[in-house]
Amino acid sequence: MSDDTLFAEVLDGANRANPYPIYERLRRRPVSRQRDGAYVVSTHAAIRSLLFDPRLSSEDLPPSRRPRTGNPFKDWIINPLKNRVATAHRPLIFRDPPDHDTLRGFVMKEFTIARVNNLHGRVEALVDTLIERCRGRDEVCLVEDLSYPLPVAVICELLGVPEADEPQFHAWATQLATALEPDARRDEEARRATVTTFDAIAAYMRRLIRDKRRHPADDMLSGLARRGDRGEPAMGDVDLISTAVLLLVAGHETTVNLITNGMLTLLRHPQELARLKADPERAPRLIEELLRYEPPVHFRTRKALGAIEIGGTTIPPGAPVVLLFASGNRDPERFSDPDRFDPSRDDIQHFGFGGGLHYCVGAPLARIEAEIALVTLCRRLVEPRLMADPPSYRAGASLRGPSNLGIHIAGIV
Amino acid sequence: MSERPGIVIVGASLAGLRGAEALRRGGYDGPLTLIGDEPHPPYDRPPLSKHVLAGELEADATALPHLVSLRARWRLGQPATGLDRAGRTIRLADGSDVPFTKLFIATGARARTWTEQGADLDGVFTIRRREDAVALRRALSRPPERVLIIGAGLIGCEAASCCRDLGLPVTLVDPNPTPLARILGTVVGEVLAQTLRRSGVDYRPGARVRALVGEAGHVRRAHLQDGGAIDTDLVIVALGAVRETAWLARAGLVADSGGVTCDGACRVLTREGPPDVDIVAAGDVARWPNPIYGGRAITVEHWGNAVEQAAHAASSLLRPAQPKPYVHLPAFWSSQFGLNIKAVGLADGADAVAIVQGDRASRRFLAVYGRDGRSVAAVSFDQARWLPAYADRILAGAPFPPILDATDQRRIETLAPGFPPLRTERPVLEMAHV
Ligand SMILES: Cc1cc2nc3c(=O)[nH]c(=O)nc-3n(C[C@H](O)[C@H](O)[C@H](O)COP(=O)(O)OP(=O)(O)OC[C@H]3O[C@@H](n4cnc5c(N)ncnc54)[C@H](O)[C@@H]3O)c2cc1C
Ligand code: HEM
Repeated sequence: MSDDTLFAEVLDGANRANPYPIYERLRRRPVSRQRDGAYVVSTHAAIRSLLFDPRLSSEDLPPSRRPRTGNPFKDWIINPLKNRVATAHRPLIFRDPPDHDTLRGFVMKEFTIARVNNLHGRVEALVDTLIERCRGRDEVCLVEDLSYPLPVAVICELLGVPEADEPQFHAWATQLATALEPDARRDEEARRATVTTFDAIAAYMRRLIRDKRRHPADDMLSGLARRGDRGEPAMGDVDLISTAVLLLVAGHETTVNLITNGMLTLLRHPQELARLKADPERAPRLIEELLRYEPPVHFRTRKALGAIEIGGTTIPPGAPVVLLFASGNRDPERFSDPDRFDPSRDDIQHFGFGGGLHYCVGAPLARIEAEIALVTLCRRLVEPRLMADPPSYRAGASLRGPSNLGIHIAGIV
Repeated sequence: MSERPGIVIVGASLAGLRGAEALRRGGYDGPLTLIGDEPHPPYDRPPLSKHVLAGELEADATALPHLVSLRARWRLGQPATGLDRAGRTIRLADGSDVPFTKLFIATGARARTWTEQGADLDGVFTIRRREDAVALRRALSRPPERVLIIGAGLIGCEAASCCRDLGLPVTLVDPNPTPLARILGTVVGEVLAQTLRRSGVDYRPGARVRALVGEAGHVRRAHLQDGGAIDTDLVIVALGAVRETAWLARAGLVADSGGVTCDGACRVLTREGPPDVDIVAAGDVARWPNPIYGGRAITVEHWGNAVEQAAHAASSLLRPAQPKPYVHLPAFWSSQFGLNIKAVGLADGADAVAIVQGDRASRRFLAVYGRDGRSVAAVSFDQARWLPAYADRILAGAPFPPILDATDQRRIETLAPGFPPLRTERPVLEMAHV
């Protein structure tokens, strides 16, 4: 197999269950050009360096944002203007500085540790309720029964979405998830479906924000919607909506995979499951190792704004750049025995939450959710056994995780 | 063998501690002694002019963590007063002698004090040691009617920031046109000047304090060289530092108030010329030819250098047969007025500066300095995450400006950085960066 089609293999659903051998081949070069012109970055060092390189853009570049033409009028006036119009109000994950930083600043101010810690009890209660629902069965469908409903409920709680509207949110979240997959963004029909869903959420959010302004509560949306006192800058409504939608999608489609991958990995390593059961204090380390070993987000795509020389390759301006986080996580140059799941390793600088300016905003929340879910599952499921290994996977190669994880159980305690 | 006196480190602070750790890590398991003037185990200085002054952190809460078990003998509260190189002993203040097989010099620097009129008045402070910060903190909480800070370098500006946070009236006097003018130039310094003013600091660029006068032994007023006067009852002298080398005066080493001079591998040069391969120096006190700047001999008075150089000096001691040049890209950070400032490289001597990301008006930007068409330094205001990319370029000697096409790059404007001409009457001050 030639090297310039390796990434196509990664995208190929047939390799979903185990893409790691392909990553290993990709790592023979830090950066490999693919036949379609994309550059795949696969080693830990190269990913790290590019995460801190200001020439990589996260903006879904509109046609106007071309590399410099050399014509100053075009370069400095016309194209930037077109660009502004086209990129305004994208969610911050698809924005570059300085707008990204401003928007992220607003979110960080509200995404406080206190707010996250306050969700602790709620997450525990949710997990217990969801597991309780499986009582009497000899099989748990983990994704459907727990991994999927939990994060949406938590996000709703965080944002302050009324409980009655939650089912609607679940439906929207599912539809939007597909929008994050690179393939889906090219497919016209999927694109249209996304727009329709987005419009529905936007309309809902607009109402909710108005409500929150009138009756502020102690939730994140109320916080974000609060108009700055004394001329303090605040987020505009359109940005507010796209941020809320981003939190919903980013907090949902990822956490699902962390919990499911986590349980899958534990069931494949029964001694680790037993250890976690005996000593729940191990959970934080175990989750960090999970984020390295089976990360929910395998890669993210950027665009090079200028020529970037790295690892013996020059990425040309305009080229798409794939940061293959999951490969960097298994780089033997960085981690000893990288293909071994070993929660007791000390060196654990993984890219599970990305890195650099787009580093995951929700990392503390995700950690809490996964910790409570996995610890409780280990404690309460009696004699859990995998029903199929490998399980079936969802379509996504980036947001990668099982679509279904059947677990045989002898009961629930 | 246990009779051998082993390695002695003089100066028990950042460079001394990290040097000791590097020796142990590097496999040295002979006797190890640390001699320190201060009575405290090693502690961190950067918080002294920041969190400690602001009252957010107790002064005694800044102890440096020990990263390795040292199994060392500590002689604290005891300055070294002399070095007998031929006899391989160190004289302590109490008259005792400490023998050594190899010597690690890490005596750092002390604050330059006020030596003009009024030097003996109460209410005049410097910030270098823990006790300085405690005393100053106590005096600030009394509170004073007006704080006068002499010197708008890093520590002077940080102190001004803390004083404003405490709600105190502050006057800041400095002969240069902007703060940090010597290390960052006036183009970047002007951003800080505006910040100072916006924060309510009475900032007096281009002014010099001539004399401090007091009443009943306590400072009451400062007289400026241009004839003006400032009423003040608390003065912070932030005029930089003097290297602690007096104890080496008769040791036959190349040492002066600008530092001890080393070869490229941090081994101290003797007056005769060659280095004494059993004596190394690291941290604020060490002056060495840095290959990055064409072998120009520099001292670097920043935290990161103390740590890195200590490790390098330790390896030079342990492996005398393979001396390696110490290559270091200087770097520092500072937090003041809510700004996180970080810099890499030496900007002084640059002939151009370009704002390559962000803009000065928003006070979020990244500026790169060039010299003869090469990139030599970069500084970030609230944009630190990009700095490593620029550091790589600077190390590689990339053309100036080094990175085009950054995400938030506007038209790159290249300016003259505006370094004030070197003053001659205070030569030692300049040594900090030359
Ligand atoms: C207030 C303040 C704020 C700072 N903030 C920053 C910052 O934000 N960022 C940054 O990068 N750097 C900062 N620095 C600089 C940084 O702290 C120094 O670079 C670092 O402390 C150097 O470590 P050192 O061990 O070489 O020297 P020092 O820390 O000066 O330690 C030398 C030690 O040797 C002892 N000694 C001296 N003479 C003798 C003798 N004859 N016998 C025995 N012992 C002796 C001294 O008492 C002292 O304990 C700051 C410094 C100060 C003072
Ligand atoms: C296991 C769970 C999670 C994983 C593995 C994960 C992973 C990631 C990764 C890899 C990125 C970087 C994207 C990039 O570099 O382009 C990211 C960004 C982000 N995540 Fe998460 N995430 C998780 C949970 C959450 C949660 C619970 C939230 C919010 C409630 C959240 C909100 C965000 C946001 C807003 C961003 C964009 C940040 C920015 O662009 O500055 N994530 N996440």
